[in-house]
Amino acid sequence: MSRARPRLIRRASRNSVMPVPILAQAPYLIASVRNALTDADLVRLQNDLLMEAQKRRSQGVVVDVTSLDVIDSFSVRTLQSMAIMLRLRGVETVIVGIQPSVAIAMAELGVSILDVRTALDLDDGLAYLRARPQGRADRGR
Amino acid sequence: MASPTCGRDRRGELIVDGETRVQINEESDILQARMHARELAADLGFDATSQTLIATAISELARNMLKYARSGELLLRSATKNGAGGITIVASDEGPGIADVALAMTDGFSTGRGLGLGLPGTKRLMDDFDLVSEVGRGTVVTAARWVRPK
Amino acid sequence: MTSTAKAKVRVGSNGGTTATSSETLKDEMVAYLRQDREKLRREWAQAVIADGGQWLGATPAEQESQSATICDTWVDSLDTANYRRATENAERMATQAARGVTSPEGILGAMLALRDAYWRSLSRYYLEDPDRLIAALKVFEPVSNKILVMVAMAFGAERERVMRQQQEAIRELSTPVMRVRDQLLILPIVGLIDTDRARQLTEQLLTAIREFRAMVVVMDITGVGAVDSKVANHLIQTVDAARLLGTDVIMTGVSPAVAQTIVTVGVDLSRIHTVGDLQGGIDLADRMLGFRVIRDESGATPADSSSVA
Repeated sequence: MSRARPRLIRRASRNSVMPVPILAQAPYLIASVRNALTDADLVRLQNDLLMEAQKRRSQGVVVDVTSLDVIDSFSVRTLQSMAIMLRLRGVETVIVGIQPSVAIAMAELGVSILDVRTALDLDDGLAYLRARPQGRADRGR
Repeated sequence: MASPTCGRDRRGELIVDGETRVQINEESDILQARMHARELAADLGFDATSQTLIATAISELARNMLKYARSGELLLRSATKNGAGGITIVASDEGPGIADVALAMTDGFSTGRGLGLGLPGTKRLMDDFDLVSEVGRGTVVTAARWVRPK
Repeated sequence: MTSTAKAKVRVGSNGGTTATSSETLKDEMVAYLRQDREKLRREWAQAVIADGGQWLGATPAEQESQSATICDTWVDSLDTANYRRATENAERMATQAARGVTSPEGILGAMLALRDAYWRSLSRYYLEDPDRLIAALKVFEPVSNKILVMVAMAFGAERERVMRQQQEAIRELSTPVMRVRDQLLILPIVGLIDTDRARQLTEQLLTAIREFRAMVVVMDITGVGAVDSKVANHLIQTVDAARLLGTDVIMTGVSPAVAQTIVTVGVDLSRIHTVGDLQGGIDLADRMLGFRVIRDESGATPADSSSVA
């Protein structure tokens, strides 16, 4: 498995945090989101994924959110828009690792990531991507 | 939870006797608020899922303040009602205020509208919920959740 | 012996209780009762056992020790006005009654018999001084009453505790998540759904999804009573939470009325698979998972003539 070099980008703001490392497992990309994720981090992640996916002609992206102990409506919207942006480039997104209590909170909150595929974990996420026909990303669930 | 009777920790958060005030000025403050909420909820005996629900409500309220009011304050307190323990949250800001509260409390997904403030969702996550807002002056959201008897 | 001691104490008193404080009277009673204890205990324990009091103990040694503890506790409470030991005894007896070792009637009967035994004992002691006897009984009464009430209340508390446990067990049983095949779970929901039950249901389902790595869940709501908009909301939230874990949910047993309620809640029904009955739901699940059920006509396997391809 080849590894993408995580690029360290220094920011002036006090919220300087390491960007989310992206691993390449051709033809897919894997991003493991840590907790303490800001909106800016998500925006950066979206940009990084778009660039890497384009460079490597990736067909899919697995975003692992196992370490998120809260997913609120803002995060959901950002993840959703990220998935839409990627889909426009022909890259399918799968979100994996939503914790049970987080899933319950999201369901109660009323946000249920309608347009983005979810899977239990990394294995299932990759299995889903592999099982899909090659070529154009489908419309999702 | 580190709480002398009164004191400030290094982030400038005032902790008084089971009461925590968190100033929301930037995103990392949201994470702090969530952490404090989780700790307080755990101390009060909320189960893991309820802790997540509370932390999610905090996140929604804090994000709103940050986005629309640029800053605000979250007050977390333990409370008792009818013999049950619980947590109360007061989210107050001096932002633009909400002109149409009814619209703000409408669910986006059912009508396609709604303001996307996550307020109706937050209301669902909590047992008690109250919102007061005045255009040009600010908004105060009060919410509470109580521990269910086993 | 006892009577001469009594006579000595009474010398100088004008036959009434005015010359002695109730504290002195109490001490006197305590001292006497402790002295008389073995006789009292033996009489009482024998009567209890003869009346079916096996709860006192399985062996003679146990019976002696248990009855002694109970007798001593009464006198201790009289002496110190502390009822901690009495409380402990009461709770222990309640547990025994709950386990069926004895009945509440049996224990209460025995406690009343013990009170009567103490009365008789005190009466013997103050036989020649009726006024003092009345005073002594007045001192003794609140203690015995308090202990009796304590025992009676302990039964009630224990019964409640057992009932709560049973209710909890029933709730666990009534939301079984069943693993039917690889990757397929069935969740038949029966009964009334309130907020707590809905949460329990959802947590159990999500736990099972993770444990069995289920891809499809068939959630049958035929047996759910009273589906109003609140209940419909709960069910939809359960479906949503399961889907966030990557599982498809097929809801079966959705009557037209329930379907209407779900729509009223504001949910787009097309985003949930709904099928009329459980069998239909399982069939759909099989198709989604790529299973085919074929009947084996070869006769090779006698009992189970179907196999899953």
